[in-house]
Amino acid sequence: MTVGLLQRDRLKRRAMVSAMVVAESVRCVECGICTFNCPLGIDIRAHVRQGQPVSNGRCLTCGECVARCPRGTLRFEVSPVFSILSLVGGG
Amino acid sequence: MARRYVIVGNGPAGVTAAETIRQHDAAGDIRIVGGEDAGFYSRPGLAYLLTGAIPEQRLFSRPDSGYERARVQRTVGTVREIEPRSHRVELVDGEVLRYDRLLLAVGARAVRPPLPGIDLQGVVTMDNLEDARRILRLVKRARRACVVGGGITAIELAEGMAAHGVETHYLMRGDRYWGSVLDPHESALVEQRLTEDGIRIHRGLELAGVIGRKGAVSAVETTDGGRLACDILAVAIGTQPRLELALQMGLATGRGIWTDPTFQTSDPDIFAAGDAAEVLDPATGKRGIDSLWSIAIEHGRVAGEQMCGGGQPYRRPAPFNVTKIGGVTTTLIGSVGSGGREADLVTLARGDSHAWREQLDGFVVVSDREANHLRLVLGADRIMGAVVMGDQALSRPLQHLIRERVDIRWVRDRLTQGPAEVRQALMSLVERTVSLGAA
Repeated sequence: MTVGLLQRDRLKRRAMVSAMVVAESVRCVECGICTFNCPLGIDIRAHVRQGQPVSNGRCLTCGECVARCPRGTLRFEVSPVFSILSLVGGG
Repeated sequence: MARRYVIVGNGPAGVTAAETIRQHDAAGDIRIVGGEDAGFYSRPGLAYLLTGAIPEQRLFSRPDSGYERARVQRTVGTVREIEPRSHRVELVDGEVLRYDRLLLAVGARAVRPPLPGIDLQGVVTMDNLEDARRILRLVKRARRACVVGGGITAIELAEGMAAHGVETHYLMRGDRYWGSVLDPHESALVEQRLTEDGIRIHRGLELAGVIGRKGAVSAVETTDGGRLACDILAVAIGTQPRLELALQMGLATGRGIWTDPTFQTSDPDIFAAGDAAEVLDPATGKRGIDSLWSIAIEHGRVAGEQMCGGGQPYRRPAPFNVTKIGGVTTTLIGSVGSGGREADLVTLARGDSHAWREQLDGFVVVSDREANHLRLVLGADRIMGAVVMGDQALSRPLQHLIRERVDIRWVRDRLTQGPAEVRQALMSLVERTVSLGAA
């Protein structure tokens, strides 16, 4: 269990520095659990409807919306900025 | 003169059609008529309102100002009659609307079994927000509830009531949950989780009648002669498309309102979409009904384009739904029929598709790892269906592989081997598809 928690924590920290929340709109039923649980009040659901990643500068990538979505609509994806940095050997 | 569009139904198909029409016809006069006071809310979200995961006001996913912005006039009202020859819609309050193009996006309603006492107070179904509010009022005072039916809605009702501390009994006619779609192991996974949540499952028990006291339910009678005291009876035995208007106009109907792949009914100026529509698939020559949020939105989009005189006809994707069934995240894609008996549903339920019951002549692969479960239905050259329970890592790639009918011949042998090999073979398929797509 401890290993699981550490692993989760490691993934979370990695996500916080390099990832953003992306959505797969076809899974979304607009229930609003994501927006309701966002500690910063970002309207995640509106992003999903428009098929947009949550690129809001205030997003902490804390993962609350990803974890709570009952339909697996949201996931973390490495931000393109970071993938470019890794391609050129930076980051 | 600007074209006049009337849309009957304020759900996902109706509202998406209205938005789509506005995108294609800047000058058109768009009117949407719905029976509920409430604006646009998430109907699948009602399950989460019942469990308390979300407050009611958060279900409203699109503010009322959205209608104004799209210049769509919303009317709360009920249609009394439609006269196709004069293109007139008459509302119950006497108002008359005229249309050039009409959309029936009227949805479906829960079926009640024709049993004595079925209309007593405390007998509930869940079609809309008002129903969910009624259930939430009842659970405050209820001590015991019975649930009958199947599919996703029955489980949502049971969990919703159990979440409020109501002693909840789930009466199944068959010997396991959702036998026509899930295999025995999958049913057992769901039943185990329901039991852990305190829901008491009774197998092989059928409702025979509802007993009342002072106009409210006090007990249910079962066909074995037994009696179970309860304050709520929740019924989820399936839904029936609302056909009244279509029948009154003499439109062609079956289980739903018949349409072609452009959502045109037997009257060229009248279209139907969403849960009420029974759409012809030219590829198979069969008609099908889906009761799924994302499919209703797609119906609305295509119907809206077609009502403006353009767009591509509808191509039915492999029906797909992901939801928590008894707390187990479950994705159903394509044809996964297990061949079991449809014991608890008399018709299609909400969040349901006829396609899932299709039992194609395929090879079934099952892979279990603790609480995680994967079932694939393999055809000669493609994956025809999948059930993914628990860990959802494979559900997204499978959704793609099934919907796009990706050729699996080069990895088919590997797909019939152990769990690790299945996972790797699926990932190879996805990688290859992506690289081919990018090339």
